[in-house]
Amino acid sequence: MVIKLRLDPSSGVATYLQLVHQVKHALRLGVLMPGDRLPTIKEVVSDLAINPNTVAKAYRELEHEGLVVGRPGLGTFVRRSLGSGSTADHTRFRRDLARWVHDCREAGLDQGDMEALFASVLADSVQEGIA
Amino acid sequence: MTADRTVRMFGGGSGELTAPAQSPTALEAVRLAKRYRGTWALRECTMSVPAGRVVALVGPNGAGKSTFLHLVAGLIAPTRGSVRVFGEPVGQRAAALARVAFLAQDKPLYDGFTVAEMLRFGRHLNPGWDDALARQRLAELDIPLNRKVGKLSGGQQAQVALTIAVAKRPDLLVMDEPLANLDPVARHDVMCSLMAAVAETQMTVVLSSHVVSDLTNACDWLVVLNRGQVQISGEVDELLATHRMMSGPAELADGMAARMPVISDSRSERQADLLVRTGPGTPLHDPRWSASGVSLEELVLAYLRRPDTTSLPRPTLTISDR
Repeated sequence: MVIKLRLDPSSGVATYLQLVHQVKHALRLGVLMPGDRLPTIKEVVSDLAINPNTVAKAYRELEHEGLVVGRPGLGTFVRRSLGSGSTADHTRFRRDLARWVHDCREAGLDQGDMEALFASVLADSVQEGIA
Repeated sequence: MTADRTVRMFGGGSGELTAPAQSPTALEAVRLAKRYRGTWALRECTMSVPAGRVVALVGPNGAGKSTFLHLVAGLIAPTRGSVRVFGEPVGQRAAALARVAFLAQDKPLYDGFTVAEMLRFGRHLNPGWDDALARQRLAELDIPLNRKVGKLSGGQQAQVALTIAVAKRPDLLVMDEPLANLDPVARHDVMCSLMAAVAETQMTVVLSSHVVSDLTNACDWLVVLNRGQVQISGEVDELLATHRMMSGPAELADGMAARMPVISDSRSERQADLLVRTGPGTPLHDPRWSASGVSLEELVLAYLRRPDTTSLPRPTLTISDR
């Protein structure tokens, strides 16, 4: 199994959406790559004690978005990855961000400060984009 | 993927294994009632459940859950009304009974038998017995076949009982309190194992419990019995989507209560919290009120405290005896 799905019962997010989000997250981070097989419905439900329909619904949603494809008798496979930009770009941005995190720490910022700062800058840039 | 494709057949259109083409309804009770001596254990119980569902039957002690399950399994006869399983009246034909497996609360196993002997017993009694399925499940669970049932842990005994019920390859599996007397780990394991069996066989399951939190993610249909009557019967997602906890100023609470059915009403001097049933997509424009979702457990508790309120399916989902 390439990835293992899990649940956060306290999140308040519908179970099938939690599964969708996790697969997308794994696609964005490159943990899941095109051609990888998602865990079968039976594998997921025997791990999480959830209704098979819930997993089917999540996989259907992913298939609808063109991210995965079900091959009868074989499994559900990743069709394309998520996230734009080349791998080289990702590597560069990750390096830049790591340097930024390092500088923040040096200056005495903690994780909460950094998350707030990043979220605020991101929100500002989205605002500018709309304006 | 095969499992994927077959699971998709659930609840919609023509099931290929679970339900015969003419009946996508797994379970149908019409004015079902049972009286023991002078007391009605169940009265006027009417509901219908589509094939392929995992149904949680909840309610307080004495609500009639066990009576209802015994009627569905054909173990007792109704005083009034009828119950059908996949369109067949229960208790009238052996063929109909072969499609139903019943797992009683006191795990019907023989302590002196080994697990292998229990399997042989099951094979002997059930024409549709799937021995390969039974052995594979027990192997996956690491339960040794040569062990005496009496020497197994409570969780393992529950798993053996479940395996025997599943190996009968029923279209409907009825379980009376399958999680009672199990520790939390065993409860989770049994539910995992049950969900895997559902994914594999596409059977319909009805299980009773009074611990709603154990069932939240496993069941997609909820039936609440209270004082011998059906208080709720519906799809879990739809029930959750049509109930909201509204919080707002106490002085506006009566106005809100006049607009939609209120299931629970809790007011302080200034604030009111009303659990309401909204129509599908009922808009809420009033900025003085905030709406939040409810958990299945909150929903069930609120209804149980108000036995006079009901949430039953819209006409399209109810009995088709017109």
